[in-house]
Amino acid sequence: MTTKSQAVLNWIDERFPLTSSIKGHLTEYYAPKNFNFWYFFGSLALMVLVIQIVTGIFLVMHYKPDASLNAAGVPVAFASVEYIMRDVPGGWIIRYLHSTGASAFFIVVYLHMFRGLLYGSYRKPRELIWVFGTLIFLALMAEAFMGYLLPWGQMSYWGAQVIVNLFSAIPVIGPDLSLVIRGDFVVSDATLNRFFSFHVIAVPLVLIGLVAAHIVALHEVGSNNPDGIEIKKKKDSTGKPLDGIPFHPYYTVKDIVGVVVFLFVFSAVVFFAPEGGGYFLEFNNFIPADPLKTPPHIAPVWYFTPFYSILRAVTYPLFGLDAKFWGVVAMGASVVIIAFLPWLDRSPVKSIRYKGPIFKVVLTIFVICFFILGYLGVLPPTPGRTLVSQICSVLYFAFFLLMPWYSQLDKCKPEPERVNFK
Amino acid sequence: MKSRLMSFIKRAAAVALFAPVLAMAAGAELHLDKAPVSKDPAVLQHGAKLFVNYCLNCHGASYVRYNRLQDIGLTEQAIRDNLLFTAEKTGELMKIAMQRDEAKVWFGAAPPDLSVIARSRASEFGSGADWLYTYLRQFYRDPARPTGWNNVVFENVGMPHVLYELQGEQVAHVSQNADGTKHVELKLAKPGKLSAEEYDKTVGDLVSFIVWMGEPVAEKRKSIGTIVLIFLAGLFVLSYALKKNYWKDIH
Repeated sequence: MTTKSQAVLNWIDERFPLTSSIKGHLTEYYAPKNFNFWYFFGSLALMVLVIQIVTGIFLVMHYKPDASLNAAGVPVAFASVEYIMRDVPGGWIIRYLHSTGASAFFIVVYLHMFRGLLYGSYRKPRELIWVFGTLIFLALMAEAFMGYLLPWGQMSYWGAQVIVNLFSAIPVIGPDLSLVIRGDFVVSDATLNRFFSFHVIAVPLVLIGLVAAHIVALHEVGSNNPDGIEIKKKKDSTGKPLDGIPFHPYYTVKDIVGVVVFLFVFSAVVFFAPEGGGYFLEFNNFIPADPLKTPPHIAPVWYFTPFYSILRAVTYPLFGLDAKFWGVVAMGASVVIIAFLPWLDRSPVKSIRYKGPIFKVVLTIFVICFFILGYLGVLPPTPGRTLVSQICSVLYFAFFLLMPWYSQLDKCKPEPERVNFK
Repeated sequence: MKSRLMSFIKRAAAVALFAPVLAMAAGAELHLDKAPVSKDPAVLQHGAKLFVNYCLNCHGASYVRYNRLQDIGLTEQAIRDNLLFTAEKTGELMKIAMQRDEAKVWFGAAPPDLSVIARSRASEFGSGADWLYTYLRQFYRDPARPTGWNNVVFENVGMPHVLYELQGEQVAHVSQNADGTKHVELKLAKPGKLSAEEYDKTVGDLVSFIVWMGEPVAEKRKSIGTIVLIFLAGLFVLSYALKKNYWKDIH
């Protein structure tokens, strides 16, 4: 480095921790060298967040959150989306990146969370990383839900109507609460405008703050790895973990490969199947919102369906309160319970590699149930389906609530001293 | 204790595995014919002509600009000479003069905007094009309806059969299927200007245009997509080589 640029750097470093931040988070952040396939999804989630923010900025330039009808009798908001698709140069690509990005975000985040389950990434000392992560997931759900109203199609409208109505099931404060959320007695222009505000500014701010906290907490304690052992326990004479390698350049170049593979799949959807078979862009959402015409079947977007199934699975009133209320409680609990995982798992080991058969079977059941719940969530309910979703909901909660027992009973293998690497 | 837990877990796994079978149940079936969707400019131009003549009186296509039809090979002049009935400039949107509140009184419901109708009509039974293709060929005479027309795909539809002079008049023979569902068979009672094959072809052309109109950028999107995927495939080779090179000294 030339003396001049060194001088500039020194000037900055005396006023801002530039060099030390780069070292602490990149060039001297030691990550375990044995990361596998599952470890791509954290950086991918970050990239999808950036895609959503950047495309979102451009969409806001042309989108109009206005539920009034234009001269042709179409809601202005709906028409402005089609305006973006047709008249804004490159608008279609920005919009498809954003709509596909929403689904991609959930796919990547679900895989990222599953990685945590596989390798016990939530265990001590990473409890706070996990709690922040759960909060990110919650914020992401709010973000997606409110964003979905904006195109102002039939599914946007009726999906929001159904979900906001759920809040009215809460005793005493429910009806007023749903009124405050909607800003009106039905989903209307007031709702559209406040959801727009939340979607483009309030929730993204919270999301970015939480993501920062998630990463800062991670870099404080260091990354877990597929063996679930602490690399900081074995250090060389200079204090570097023996099984650790600097994040930059090793994991930056590795994550670039992951990014390229992800972008390949992502682009294949954006350019060749942007509707995602009716799951990423629902067919009914190409019909403008009509408050007087309830669609025969209202299905939430695929990423909410497991939790929506749990909501619908509750069909019994209890303590004089509606089944609907308990459904809301169950749905809320099914998300919140994820945050308690660090304190539910009593296994002597972290990684599935050294856990016994009970955990492997239980995790398999959990994943199968999650998929079944997701599948049932897009379908209209029948008595048979409701029964299945009830069984799966019980198994879903059992995975968490029985964990303190089965995780102790399980016959675990001893953990290795050093990580396995090829 | 442990074995009892394991057997419970195994039983639960069995329930979970067979659950999808339980979950399956039959819904209302909709039989749609496969639409012959074409991207041939001649077909699309013929479809555009049909659309402007037969549809664009009651239905608008209010997100589509006339000059967008240059994408299907029409010149600005050809658009101006042949297709501009309700607009003055080719940069205008394909709007209609009919008032929505009046239309609602006349037809029971205001005719929907058709810009993205092909995308909205897709379902598990077929594509939106299939729905439109079947719908436009399955109108039949029904004196019980105010317009005198009914439709197999869209029962009690408010729309009359605007293409009847081409197709002719069909009548329905309703019978019961073995499972108790209604079976409707259509017979041509009064032939129109076109033979059945010619009519199917005409509707196919019209539907092709409506599909194109739903997403005019669709073909461009796919051609750009191919370039993007080729680029990313190349980038993968480079990024993988870079990773391999950096990682060769990690053991």
